[in-house]
Amino acid sequence: MNDVSVAQRRSSDVLLPPGEGGAKRRMRAVSLSRLAIHTTLVLACAVYLVPLLVMLLTSFKTPDDIRSGNLLSIPDVFTLIGWVKAWDGVGGYFWNSVKITIPAVLISTLLGALNGYVLAMWRFRGSQLFFGLLLFGCFLPFQVILLPASFTLGQLGLANTTEGLVLVHVVYGLAFTTLFFRNFYVSIPEALVRAARLDGAGFFTIFGRILLPMSVPIIMVCLIWQFTQIWNDFLFGVVFASGDTQPITVALNNLVNTSTGAKEYNVDMAAAMIAGLPTLLVYILAGKYFLRGLTAGSVKG
Amino acid sequence: MSSNAVITKASPLDVLQRWLPKLVLAPSMVIVLVGFYGYIGWTFLLSFTNSRFMPSYNFVGLQQYARLWDNDRWWVASQNLLVFGGLFIAISLIIGVFLAVLLDQRIRREGFIRTIFLYPMALSMIVTGTAWKWLLNPGLGLDKLLRDWGWEGFRFDWLVDPDRVVYCLVMAAVWQSSGFVMALFLAGLRSVDQSIIRAAQVDGASLPSIYLRIVLPSLGPVFFSALMILAHIAIKSFDLVASMTAGGPGYASDLPAMFMYAHTFTRGQMGLGAASAMLMLGAVLAILVPYLYSELRGKRHE
Repeated sequence: MNDVSVAQRRSSDVLLPPGEGGAKRRMRAVSLSRLAIHTTLVLACAVYLVPLLVMLLTSFKTPDDIRSGNLLSIPDVFTLIGWVKAWDGVGGYFWNSVKITIPAVLISTLLGALNGYVLAMWRFRGSQLFFGLLLFGCFLPFQVILLPASFTLGQLGLANTTEGLVLVHVVYGLAFTTLFFRNFYVSIPEALVRAARLDGAGFFTIFGRILLPMSVPIIMVCLIWQFTQIWNDFLFGVVFASGDTQPITVALNNLVNTSTGAKEYNVDMAAAMIAGLPTLLVYILAGKYFLRGLTAGSVKG
Repeated sequence: MSSNAVITKASPLDVLQRWLPKLVLAPSMVIVLVGFYGYIGWTFLLSFTNSRFMPSYNFVGLQQYARLWDNDRWWVASQNLLVFGGLFIAISLIIGVFLAVLLDQRIRREGFIRTIFLYPMALSMIVTGTAWKWLLNPGLGLDKLLRDWGWEGFRFDWLVDPDRVVYCLVMAAVWQSSGFVMALFLAGLRSVDQSIIRAAQVDGASLPSIYLRIVLPSLGPVFFSALMILAHIAIKSFDLVASMTAGGPGYASDLPAMFMYAHTFTRGQMGLGAASAMLMLGAVLAILVPYLYSELRGKRHE
């Protein structure tokens, strides 16, 4: 925190108007404040990276090593035993998450694209009202629908099934996926669609031939947004799944918060890494789209 | 061509074409009406019943809300939400804005640094909670690290201290979300007209005063968006509490979302849980309505 105030004070010297006198002194002030800015940024990066580093270091240690060393001590011997045990514990649930996430992401994105297309290009009486009603879903605290949703899943015979979780994720992801596509398509000139209609192109032809090919960026944003949301979900997983169908977040939480036996922090950390790696990987590979998804819902027009 | 001719020529296929948009939207409309609003109504209904493990429709008026009012745990959860939410929002905003301003100074490796600030946002709150639970572990975590590094008398046991455990939640949540605030503001800063800044510089204003007096005040809408998103994250926070403290020690770190889950799904107090869910919805609406109001008003002014 101290570095913060120092940097702020120093940066007051920076970027003064390039006057005539004292250019040299000013140059030194500028480079000093540049140094302060860079130092602060590097320190901040370290703070953000430490938890990840600690997780990794801990996951490669033996339990004895964890007790004798500290958070940032280098493992005496790097061992994969934590990772092996963690995979034994949560590996099956990892595949559950895959089986839930992939169909839910694809279906909700497809529905979102179609909805967005209609709401942007084929407006009819009440479609704006519907969009408003749908948007509220972005802010819905899910606690308020949990009970009726679980009754409904029970009625449909989908309680504690992967299909049930897919359904829930599709339904409550719809608000965001529709928002993404609708806002994207609104920015495309309607004349394009009108011209195609005059040429006799139908609803799906226009969508497939004209709009879809130019939708790649927003499809990426939507896929990545939905992937992180659904993979990281805990609430729906813990409420609507049990035992064999639980997603990895629930399994991780169970593993970490069971009080039986000696705590094996290396296993906990390895399991946390396993649960976090898919989204982390997606973020590293497609960070641009990830960021755009995060901001699309907030700074949208 | 007269409109008459069009109608007589309309084949079933044309009719289908005309109805297609509505047909395509129809499933989603049903989903929204039933799955969003119908279910909210259903929960609302349940909050007036004495449902326990199973839903029953024995209406008892406002009794469940009265029970919440008298429930010590609910008050702890609500107060925690105020403390947690307030600190989480304030600190995330301060750190986020500060980092955004620093990154706005033509930093060479900006993209790389941004990636580092933002990666926690890609992680599940369960992963974040697990990591921070270990970092703040009394005895083996930060506690031991600083003692090993020579600070002999250092003690850090907030995670098991009922009075301080909420601050542990704040730390983890800030780590997770402040990078997001940074990204929002950085985008906002980039949209500020550079000529205004240059003009102020020519007038001799220092950089911090330019940011504090001119640039940041012009980012009001970004502040508002960030505030609302963070508040929304705070109200919904459930995973973080579940993985870091499970509401403990005792129920010292309970939040409304945790209270709702525990009473509804493990303690067989469905009516009480429904009432608490409705109050959570009320809290979200209290934030959302002014936001939407100002958004709409802003549009009319344009």
